[in-house]
Amino acid sequence: MSRITTVFDKLRQQKRKALIPFITAGDPEPAMMTSLMHELVKAGADIIELGVPFSDPMADGPSIQRASERALKHHVCLKDVLTMVEDFRKNNQSTPVVLMGYANPIEAMGYETFAARAKECGVDGVLTVDYPPEESAEWVKYLRRHKIDAIFLLSPTTPQARIAHVAQLAQGYVYYVSLKGVTGSLNLDLRDVANKLAQLRSHISIPIGVGFGIRDRTTAKAVAELADAVVVGSRIVEEIEKSAKTEVLSNVYRLVKSLRTAVDEAGPAH
Amino acid sequence: MKIYDLPDSQGHFGPYGGVFVAETLIAALEDLRVQYERYRNDADFLAEFAYELKHYVGRPSPIYHAKRWSEHLGGAQILLKREDLNHTGAHKINNAIGQALLARRMGKSRIIAETGAGQHGVASATVAARYGMQCVVYMGSTDVQRQAANVYRMKLLGATVVPVESGSRTLKDALNEAMRDWVTNVEDTFYIIGTVAGPHPYPMMVRDFQAIIGRESILQMQEEYGRQPDVLIACVGGGSNAIGLFYPYIDSDIRMVGVEAAGLGIESGQHAATLTSGKPGVLHGNRTYLIQDENGQIVETHSISAGLDYPGVGPEHAWLKDSNRAEYVGITDAEALEAFHSLCHYEGIIPALESSHALAYAARLAPTLSRNKLLLVNLSGRGDKDMATVAQASGITF
Repeated sequence: MSRITTVFDKLRQQKRKALIPFITAGDPEPAMMTSLMHELVKAGADIIELGVPFSDPMADGPSIQRASERALKHHVCLKDVLTMVEDFRKNNQSTPVVLMGYANPIEAMGYETFAARAKECGVDGVLTVDYPPEESAEWVKYLRRHKIDAIFLLSPTTPQARIAHVAQLAQGYVYYVSLKGVTGSLNLDLRDVANKLAQLRSHISIPIGVGFGIRDRTTAKAVAELADAVVVGSRIVEEIEKSAKTEVLSNVYRLVKSLRTAVDEAGPAH
Repeated sequence: MKIYDLPDSQGHFGPYGGVFVAETLIAALEDLRVQYERYRNDADFLAEFAYELKHYVGRPSPIYHAKRWSEHLGGAQILLKREDLNHTGAHKINNAIGQALLARRMGKSRIIAETGAGQHGVASATVAARYGMQCVVYMGSTDVQRQAANVYRMKLLGATVVPVESGSRTLKDALNEAMRDWVTNVEDTFYIIGTVAGPHPYPMMVRDFQAIIGRESILQMQEEYGRQPDVLIACVGGGSNAIGLFYPYIDSDIRMVGVEAAGLGIESGQHAATLTSGKPGVLHGNRTYLIQDENGQIVETHSISAGLDYPGVGPEHAWLKDSNRAEYVGITDAEALEAFHSLCHYEGIIPALESSHALAYAARLAPTLSRNKLLLVNLSGRGDKDMATVAQASGITF
């Protein structure tokens, strides 16, 4: 069983929801990444989403764009991100790591080389923003061969037929983007999320994480009542951006810890 | 003979093209695909498009025999397809009108566009004014500075120009930002992409709207010369003017040459010659050749011509290259400038720097061919917008 499935099974037994923080690999600087990842786990992260920096992050809002630019200033590329995960795994064998990024760095490395090396480094899942299911048949084959979960996005505008298609390909969990727009947008409509999740659950048996627009304890708790996992990205990346280097770890710890508490306060729905 | 019928139903030209976007854009693209399929052969739509091209753009654009320049070069005859004579001064207006008409039929009240040199931004602002639509143009802040006159033109036409400060602050970043706007405002907004790149159906749709260039050429060549040209030549940034000329000729065996910006020379690394020196990858919604580093990061390109300064290229060109139906060559900044001055000098025509790349290749090829050969060059735009750049290159300040 994959690390991701193990985590969700355990949480389900405990009647708890998953908290999935997102950070960009190499931000604020490459040397700090493994300690930052361990800090996330200490603060209560169940799964870590690690952003792979890309020169053209089309689906990201300003916060994550800037994080990507900061990482690229340190010349962090896909193979460095894999090494970071390898380093993290030396002291953590249980927390799943999901890479989130864009297609081209993977295209440049090659599907087979990437999948083999990612497995070796301890990557558990990969979400490639610009590989929609229609263009993913080959890609998913390579991930499956190396037992890496293929994570897919679903959005408020995804029609029924596509939900079923995604359900066939997706593994680990699916990531429901709760808003139109880019990462870091505001104004989450919880009633919309609740309605859409009910619709998704008629097709999808694996856990559903919800992200985009979760910026504080209140929304984190509310979303935890609806979904299996709460994904928080831009808010954490902003915390890293505004913190002095010496305070990044403690500030991120404090923020993630408070989100953890909020998620655990959620009633056991679903 | 096999009739060319690409792209396939998912927008693939061989291994290129496709729809490589985030889930949040899929429904909007699907809607666009369905609507375009509905209207692309609709008689009323096509009649309105034809009317606008004739009465608003001033089509057909003539084919002009550059006799003095051809004589000076001493070889093949150079013929110019005068897209520079279109309203707004370039071929970009053909596509902007087509997409604006589609936007109106889809009930969208707001259009957005990305622009590099500003020609597509001006064309989009123009059609927005023409049809009473709101218009927002994204432009890299570097380009905003380089193309101040075009920024002012867009504002005169009522558009809002948003300088983009991310990444390399050029065309590719403007495209990223326009995509982000579209994802956020998809209900009322139509995104007019200016070139034959981006996710399906854009490369096909923009090609179809620009194909008027080649279709007119076939008729005009037959009428005036009793035959078709021996070689077609057009500059390629994203590749919309080139595909517009090439596409109607694709099932013939006429030689087609796309001319890319070799900037300061391919070996300098300062260029935008994607097909000549790039590698296939995925960017801006399609798989195509890209200028990238070994880690798959997109690198900054250089060309004296802002309209060619783009690290990707339309997927259909990628396919035409791989299938050897078209050839792609590079022309440096210096060669383009020389051709620019030659056309001013011998023909009294000030060409756009983009088109000057195609002219420069024609000038290289003509002397190697006999006098009875005909080279048809797409003069895709006029050079008024490039005055400051050319003056600067000549060491002149106004």
